[in-house]
Amino acid sequence: MDTPSLPRLRHAAFAIWARNMLVLRKLMGSSIVINFGEPLLYLLGLGYGLGLFIGGQLDMPYMTFLASGILAASAMNTASFEALFGVFTRMVPQKSYDAMLASPLEIQDILAGEIFYCATKSLIHGTGILVVATALGAVSSWSALWVLPILFLVGLTFAALALIMTSMASSYASFSYYTTLVMMPLMLMSGVFYPIAALPELMQKILYGLPLIHAVQLIRPLMAGLPVTDVALHLAVLAAYGVTGYWIAFRQIRKRLHV
Amino acid sequence: MKPVVDIRGLTKRFGERIVLRDLDLQVPPGVCFGVLGPNGAGKTTALRAMLGLTPVSDGTIHIFGQPMPAAGRTVRARCGVVPQADNLDPDFTVIENLRVYARYFGLSRIDVESRIQALLGFVELTDRADSPIATLSGGMKRRLTIARALINQPELIILDEPTTGLDPQVRRMIWARLRALREEGRTLLLTTHYMDEAERLCDQLVIVDHGRVLEHGSPRDLIHRHVEPEVLEVRGAAERTAAVLVDIPGARIEQIGDIHYCYTRDARSLLATLEQHRDLTFLHRPSNLEDVFLKLTGHELRD
Repeated sequence: MDTPSLPRLRHAAFAIWARNMLVLRKLMGSSIVINFGEPLLYLLGLGYGLGLFIGGQLDMPYMTFLASGILAASAMNTASFEALFGVFTRMVPQKSYDAMLASPLEIQDILAGEIFYCATKSLIHGTGILVVATALGAVSSWSALWVLPILFLVGLTFAALALIMTSMASSYASFSYYTTLVMMPLMLMSGVFYPIAALPELMQKILYGLPLIHAVQLIRPLMAGLPVTDVALHLAVLAAYGVTGYWIAFRQIRKRLHV
Repeated sequence: MKPVVDIRGLTKRFGERIVLRDLDLQVPPGVCFGVLGPNGAGKTTALRAMLGLTPVSDGTIHIFGQPMPAAGRTVRARCGVVPQADNLDPDFTVIENLRVYARYFGLSRIDVESRIQALLGFVELTDRADSPIATLSGGMKRRLTIARALINQPELIILDEPTTGLDPQVRRMIWARLRALREEGRTLLLTTHYMDEAERLCDQLVIVDHGRVLEHGSPRDLIHRHVEPEVLEVRGAAERTAAVLVDIPGARIEQIGDIHYCYTRDARSLLATLEQHRDLTFLHRPSNLEDVFLKLTGHELRD
């Protein structure tokens, strides 16, 4: 049985990652539409319209500004949804974890594999956005390639956070609390669509204590070819949220499965 | 020989409720060992504890001589598990289920591919290899679960009610496969509440109730020890039957619903009496494990 320890990554976790990738490969056709179609709609629909109003006040084209924000938000959304609905499905109705735990795998291996898979999905989805953004002329520097590993990290962080919700959920209905009360406010207020300078000062301070804005502030200058500031701070906040989320979720899920 | 499974003084509490109390269980290598008990007797909890999947309150568990749950990973690598509830992976086909499960054991694809073909043949699912799980019948799912449990060539196979809910054809097919596995020298540990299953398959068994072992032995020993060799089941209006049976010497009589069970060493006088009362229907049979089970665990209903 797993004993409490720091998050642990063993080779065994990749069996879970590989399992999920095999499922993903089967669904590739439909996910291509989502990966490229959704960002295209966002960038065209919001980019041209809102750009008229906000564009002039920025140090970069609004399309670049928006694409950066959407990259960060979609990394959050993709990983969160998988860690909520996907993980819950495998853990509860499908009882897949019961089957996995009868093998040498332990709960930590399963959760680590799941989180890596969620982050992989964020990376794949983000790559689609990056391609679309480049085609629309929203990328002004090769440094934008650094966005990819950051998207993976953001995926890890938000997968781990969403797992806390999953670990406590009794049904899918619980997840609307998380999407409405956690993910939506983060997406609307973390500088994804407009500069946060527009917000009251107190609100800005609170936002810096939350994870998504740090993802945005890492990604945006890389997309615009501007210098990135406070890299260590941004990475540290994301990592701290990720490790804490994982730790809480692991303890809850262990209690739930090892009864 | 050292036992494959060695459980001593195992106790598990859920709050106030005691699920296992001071349970002792030793399974020697190479036998088919049965754990019998009514619903809620603690069978499944004991199996989960053996695999290191549930914390225990007291007692020790050694599997292959290794302590559990400390040696969980190495022990589970040598075990095959057929759970009570179906947990095949619905995202995959039959053959993919086996491939993916092999990966959980760290087995490489190349190593297991020929083993997977052999296992599909063993459970007669070769022609369903590419079928999605949702299209399989209950019997096919159970057979695939057995094949899955064998993917790591386990020395100990743990089966939790392996034939519950299956039709007679599938049950017999599964029994034959389980006997074949025992012939290969593997140790089988199964729970069941089908007494005919236990009688046909098990070399040794324990009867468990309220979390403790009530009896231990071979099916034949237990029958010999606890019940008379012959049984007459007499069916009819309870008062009428009781009146007829009242002065039969040497018969132990138990009533469940409208049936009187008469246990005896010599059924001749009973048969002679019943021949004279044609309004009563009866069945004359040798006693079996179910009679032992009911005698030891009582007649009241369990949920």
